[in-house]
Amino acid sequence: MVQFTLPRNSKPTTGRHTPAPAGATKVKTFKVYRYDPENGLNPRWDTYDVDVGACGPMVLDVLIHIKNTMDPTLTFRRSCREGVCGSCAMNIAGRNTLACTVAWQDCPGDHLAISPLPHTPVVKDLVPDLTLFFAQYSSIEPWLQTDTPTPQKEWTQSPDDRRKLDGLYECILCACCSTSCPSYWWNGEKYLGPAALLQAYRWLIDSRDEATGDRLDDLEDPFKLYRCHTIMNCAQVCPKGLNPAKAIAEIKKMMVERVV
Amino acid sequence: MAAYEFVDHNYDVVVVGAGGSGLRAALGCAQAGLKTACVTKVFPTRSHTVAAQGGISAALGNMGEDDWRWHMYDTVKGSDWLGDQDAIEYLCRSAPAAIYELEHWGVPFSRTDDGKIYQRAFGGMTKNYGEAPQQRTCAAADRTGHAILHTLYGQSVRNAVEFFTEYFALDLIMDDEGACRGVTAWKLDDGTLHRFTAQMVILATGGYGRAYFSCTSAHTCTGDGNAMVLRAGLPLQDMEFVQFHPTGIYGAGVLITEGVRGEGGYLTNSQGERFMERYAPSAKDLASRDVVSRAMTIEIREGRGVGPNKDHIFLHLDHLDPKIIHERLPGISDSARIFAGVDVTKEPIPVLPTVHYNMGGIPTNYHGEVLTKVGGNPDAVVPGLMAVGEAACVSVHGANRLGSNSLTDLVVFGRAAGLRAAETIKPGQTVPGPKAAQTDPHLARFDFFRNANGSTPTAKLRLEMQKAMQDDCAVFRMGETLESGVKRIADVYARVPDIAVTDRGLIWNTDLVETLEFDNLIANAAVTVNSAVNRQESRGAHAREDFAERNDEVWMKHTLAWLDAKTGAVRLDYRPVHAYTLSNDISYIAPKARVY
Repeated sequence: MVQFTLPRNSKPTTGRHTPAPAGATKVKTFKVYRYDPENGLNPRWDTYDVDVGACGPMVLDVLIHIKNTMDPTLTFRRSCREGVCGSCAMNIAGRNTLACTVAWQDCPGDHLAISPLPHTPVVKDLVPDLTLFFAQYSSIEPWLQTDTPTPQKEWTQSPDDRRKLDGLYECILCACCSTSCPSYWWNGEKYLGPAALLQAYRWLIDSRDEATGDRLDDLEDPFKLYRCHTIMNCAQVCPKGLNPAKAIAEIKKMMVERVV
Repeated sequence: MAAYEFVDHNYDVVVVGAGGSGLRAALGCAQAGLKTACVTKVFPTRSHTVAAQGGISAALGNMGEDDWRWHMYDTVKGSDWLGDQDAIEYLCRSAPAAIYELEHWGVPFSRTDDGKIYQRAFGGMTKNYGEAPQQRTCAAADRTGHAILHTLYGQSVRNAVEFFTEYFALDLIMDDEGACRGVTAWKLDDGTLHRFTAQMVILATGGYGRAYFSCTSAHTCTGDGNAMVLRAGLPLQDMEFVQFHPTGIYGAGVLITEGVRGEGGYLTNSQGERFMERYAPSAKDLASRDVVSRAMTIEIREGRGVGPNKDHIFLHLDHLDPKIIHERLPGISDSARIFAGVDVTKEPIPVLPTVHYNMGGIPTNYHGEVLTKVGGNPDAVVPGLMAVGEAACVSVHGANRLGSNSLTDLVVFGRAAGLRAAETIKPGQTVPGPKAAQTDPHLARFDFFRNANGSTPTAKLRLEMQKAMQDDCAVFRMGETLESGVKRIADVYARVPDIAVTDRGLIWNTDLVETLEFDNLIANAAVTVNSAVNRQESRGAHAREDFAERNDEVWMKHTLAWLDAKTGAVRLDYRPVHAYTLSNDISYIAPKARVY
């Protein structure tokens, strides 16, 4: 069997250990991926013995606690802290998720490992470069397209038609799904990935949108759509409980239906 | 000081911030043919607009007869008459068109059976000038802000707005005549510094909820634009008015929408009593937010709080049809499960009034142009500078904002700013390049914090500020506690020069970002607490126990607050409230007692 290995400068080394403060009541060890783009060194795994009795229940609470009281250099994105903005997506105990909605107690392992979203270029520590991911989102033209003259008031849409958008529009673009997809790891430049395709389907199925044909034409390509091999990691990890794989299958069905 | 070099950019318009108002303003400018940049410290869909839940108000009349005048009356009353009625008329008249525009762009609004936009009841929204609750708040389930923000971002991509994402704005470039000529920013992913010159800078930087210990606001709500304005020697307006949302989840502070009560939810105390009936006999749980927050605080104070420490209140929706909850309130059902461990179909949610919104901000007229007071002119326009959204104080919300008027504010005044920019500036005109003297202070501040090696870490100072604001400038206020707040904030301010930053890098140095944000927060906190101690009356969200009544004779006026950034000293003055409307279609709504 073929063996793969990381390039030399990507291999993480063992980093610093920060012990718990004196008087800590309940200690848990967190192992955090660190990379400083400005020191020329390889990434490393730092470990922190965190006094989890002194901080909130979520993994994000732990990271903030580390930053506030143990190591101000630890770098990660965060904003809403309630699972709607998508900033704090990262790999926690081997699974892509949002740090703000996952309690550390629900994660397996004595040394809870936290690393950036897999297969993304790392800018610093837990901050990945998502430029390609967002460009792919833009490429599906995420806006309503119509030819019929715009009405004075709203376009009407029946509650049943509106219900078809449930499970699609809630996407927060956190990139947990795309960066958990082996097919996306392999062909990320050409395969749009589950997040962009979920949104492609969100506009395809919107009863108000009149560009269905053009949208399907744009996806009719050996790579953009058809690299989904129903591995289903996307649906497994989505922190919002959405099912991108199903949306992709629906697009494939639309492709078939318009031919027959 | 280390040598820093700027990368230069030139635009017709630079918008700072990419939430609802920033995106709407940028869109309008781009559509008008202006070369538009949008500088934002987070990717646009990460902005805090994404967290708005319940909806966006407009008198569409989809659920029964409605009139923008009724909406205006409610907004004026909600503002406790501190709102400027010309601006409020503009807001309420323009709201329906703004909603239809959003729908045409693709916002997935919930629907009525006949396919129209679904509207729900919200606090303070009534029909026929206060007669009975009105369903006026347009909703996309309980994810309205998310739906709107993502739609606006899609439109911005379509209209080729140029985004400078994850650029942290530092300061405004002000010329010798007091006009704004651009803004400086720090690019996080490569550590470079940038200078954007522009004919117009539009600040859309949001609120500063993070000045408090417990807030529904995102970590990024740090009042950056407000502080940039203060450092530019300009005033902020009505900063004493801080809205506490009645229903933040106890402990976590995460928002539970007022839409829960709009759909029939209610609050109870430890005796199981629906206590709002005592405080607001007519509107009950759908009274204005300041009223409900005070009632809850009194219940807790008088020993009728729930929980082992009797320190919070229950919000019930367990009597509602699970189907309705699933369809209209799915997001907060998740939040309650994740952050309170509660199944909302079976148990009540533990809630507490939590800092939510800043009525105060950068004074503007209803076109979005920033105002200051020069000599005797309280409406002097600052050339080259606009502000929109929560950062601005138009003022449509006055002393208390009505729920669901905020999203309306974002799109109506974001649009207005775009229209005004298109009217007042010509595409492609060059702006004189900034002189070094205009940006040297920006660099000095940046460099100081980058190398700060004092004895108090940012997180510690920030916590002291947050505790002081939470303790001394909360739902109920007293001269004594406010004085204590003034002292505590001044003490924190004085220790900023002794701050400690550990990370010395330039690439994604969030230690430095948080420090710059803290420096912005403490400026906001200083003007807030000083404005609050000064206003000796109770109006809207500013409830003084030592001055329990509204005093229109003395205090029917906007507070203006300037900050001496070096010393932290605050200077106060006033602007008159606009006691006139925009047109003859409605006359001035005269002050009266505010009863719900």
